[in-house]
Amino acid sequence: MNVVVCVKQIPDPAAPPALDAGTKNLVRAGKLILDDSDAYGVEMALQLADAAGGGEVTLVSMAPNGETSGLRTALAMGAAKAILVSDDSLAGTDALGTAKVLAAAVKRAEPDLVLAATESTDGYTGTTPVQVAELLGLPSVTFAKKVEITGNSVKVERQTEAGYDEVESPLPALVTVTAGVVEPRYPSFKGIMAAKSKPVEILTVAELGLDAGEIGAAGARQEITQVADAEARAAGEIVVDEGEGHQRVIEFLEQLKVL
Amino acid sequence: MSVDKIWVLAEVVDGAPITTSLELITQARSLAGTVEAVAWGDATPSVAATLGEYGVTTVHDVGDLGGALPGVPVAAAIAAAVAAGAGPDAVLFPATYDGRDIAGRLSAKLDRPVLTNVVDLIADDGGLVTQHAIFGGTQVVSARFTGEGPGIYVVRAKSFPAEPSGGAPASAVAAPAPDTGATNAARIVARHVEERTGPKLDEAAVVVSGGRGLGERDSYALIEELATLLRGAAGASRAIVDAGWVPYSHQVGQTGKTVKPTVYLACGISGATQHLVGMKNSKNIVAINKDADAPIFSVADLGIVGDVHKVLPKLIDALKSRG
Ligand SMILES: Cc1cc2nc3c(=O)[nH]c(=O)nc-3n(C[C@H](O)[C@H](O)[C@H](O)COP(=O)(O)OP(=O)(O)OC[C@H]3O[C@@H](n4cnc5c(N)ncnc54)[C@H](O)[C@@H]3O)c2cc1C
Ligand SMILES: Cc1cc2nc3c(=O)[nH]c(=O)nc-3n(C[C@H](O)[C@H](O)[C@H](O)COP(=O)(O)OP(=O)(O)OC[C@H]3O[C@@H](n4cnc5c(N)ncnc54)[C@H](O)[C@@H]3O)c2cc1C
Repeated sequence: MNVVVCVKQIPDPAAPPALDAGTKNLVRAGKLILDDSDAYGVEMALQLADAAGGGEVTLVSMAPNGETSGLRTALAMGAAKAILVSDDSLAGTDALGTAKVLAAAVKRAEPDLVLAATESTDGYTGTTPVQVAELLGLPSVTFAKKVEITGNSVKVERQTEAGYDEVESPLPALVTVTAGVVEPRYPSFKGIMAAKSKPVEILTVAELGLDAGEIGAAGARQEITQVADAEARAAGEIVVDEGEGHQRVIEFLEQLKVL
Repeated sequence: MSVDKIWVLAEVVDGAPITTSLELITQARSLAGTVEAVAWGDATPSVAATLGEYGVTTVHDVGDLGGALPGVPVAAAIAAAVAAGAGPDAVLFPATYDGRDIAGRLSAKLDRPVLTNVVDLIADDGGLVTQHAIFGGTQVVSARFTGEGPGIYVVRAKSFPAEPSGGAPASAVAAPAPDTGATNAARIVARHVEERTGPKLDEAAVVVSGGRGLGERDSYALIEELATLLRGAAGASRAIVDAGWVPYSHQVGQTGKTVKPTVYLACGISGATQHLVGMKNSKNIVAINKDADAPIFSVADLGIVGDVHKVLPKLIDALKSRG
């Protein structure tokens, strides 16, 4: 069974994020890392391919400057190869444009199953995977907390407001996974060494056969008109607990008439 | 893009439209002359009255989906109306599982972009301007579409109040989904509902949430006990949901519930940006954390620097002794 995992490479979330003052795009200058949210998809793909008794896990990513460090992490976990789309014309691409790029790249791998995260850590638009599915004419099951393959279909426990639904779909299909669907492995030393020589195909927008007008800032057909500081909450009172902290909480609740 | 007609996705749970849909309808009334809704399932005729009360004139009823997930068929039904020239200038979706699926499908079908995580919608210059809280709510981004409509907006819960306008029941018109073939092959084969007691997390006046600082699963009992004593609901950070200590339905934040209670008590929660977006607009915030530098204190009206294992049991005992 061949599985494609969409993996986003993002600025380290531990560093304070910033928007470029001119373009209002997220600053992606430094080294990019594998989005934690996608580590679950990678692990899930490896386990499913394993359980199916073989097949390849291919990574698909779109990122600036030919960035591969996040891909190397996922390759070190055990993925076989990667397709990276990197092109200066992609700056400012929106979620739908990203989906067009990812869909074109995914198609090349002819997967039985496509995995992605429910939303990324940095942009969290949360619609990209379903847009990919629609562009590829695939059924999709989002918010999976458990994924199993039986024969030619995928069985998913899909999170709902009330609990979860059991959903079945024939393959090929796209599934988005939540954190907690599986526990991602840490790459082993051997995995890290092997990852260095695994194939990463780097493609441009033209090589994917996409029209330049569909992507980039122009293709986005949306613009940021303003960025402002949010109204800050007034600084609160800080009490260091020396055995009586709970009393202050009770007074506060009384003041609010909650008690 | 002028905005004369807005459609709102009316998601129906347990026979009634969800509050977020009613919030969107309320706001849509102030933005456009005509507000219509899109609904599916077998309850549409009975919810038409409620939707009308909030200002909806017509409900486009996609009907029973035969066990299919709503994403594909409902988007196809909306797209068909747009293609027939009867579509809206804007479609507002609640940021729910199904809302997001339908919005994404519709976007790709119509080749129109989406604006998601919207927290405000403002009429401006004949069009709509959206606001998005970013970086844990410290900054607000305004955005708008520059191309052809309909505009597709995915809006977070509790962005607007839900207020009825006393309208007459909406009339329902059938809007069946066209055949979408293999794309629509996913089927719900069973549903599981988790038991919950007490007030609902997103409606409770008091929410007590616990995080990884509780140390172990069993300590979550402290959160539940405190919530019960305060007649509130128990919430959680994602860290302990992922760890399997509590069901997902307790999660507050970016990918969980948005809450706006009178008081939010965060216990052993660091205050990651993704947690803050779900609770930062609570009227009052109390945080208990042993790390004086924890980001949660930056939004707290009252911060107790202390150990949850010391503060919570004392708080619980003191409340119990008050009777
Ligand atoms: C704060 C902020 C708000 C934004 N709001 C909007 C908006 O409202 N509408 C809009 O159209 N754009 C928006 N964008 C731009 C949007 O983030 C980018 O267009 C981005 O390429 C889409 O990705 P996402 O991370 O938001 O996608 P999501 O839909 O959140 O991504 C879900 C999953 O899809 C896969 N995926 C997404 N991107 C890639 C990639 N480049 N490579 C491989 N896999 C990927 C991953 O598995 C990811 O976890 C916003 C950006 C920022 C920083
Ligand atoms: C795409 C995405 C979506 C996300 N969505 C959500 C979401 O919806 N909701 C959410 O909550 N998170 C979400 N997260 C996760 C978020 O980034 C944080 O990882 C999470 O909120 C941390 O949970 P926590 O505060 O319980 O744990 P930690 O960050 O580990 O914090 C534990 C805190 O407990 C304190 N502590 C430890 N021991 C004690 C003690 N004995 N007494 C008192 N305090 C103590 C520590 O000082 C620390 O501040 C999301 C992340 C991503 C990437």
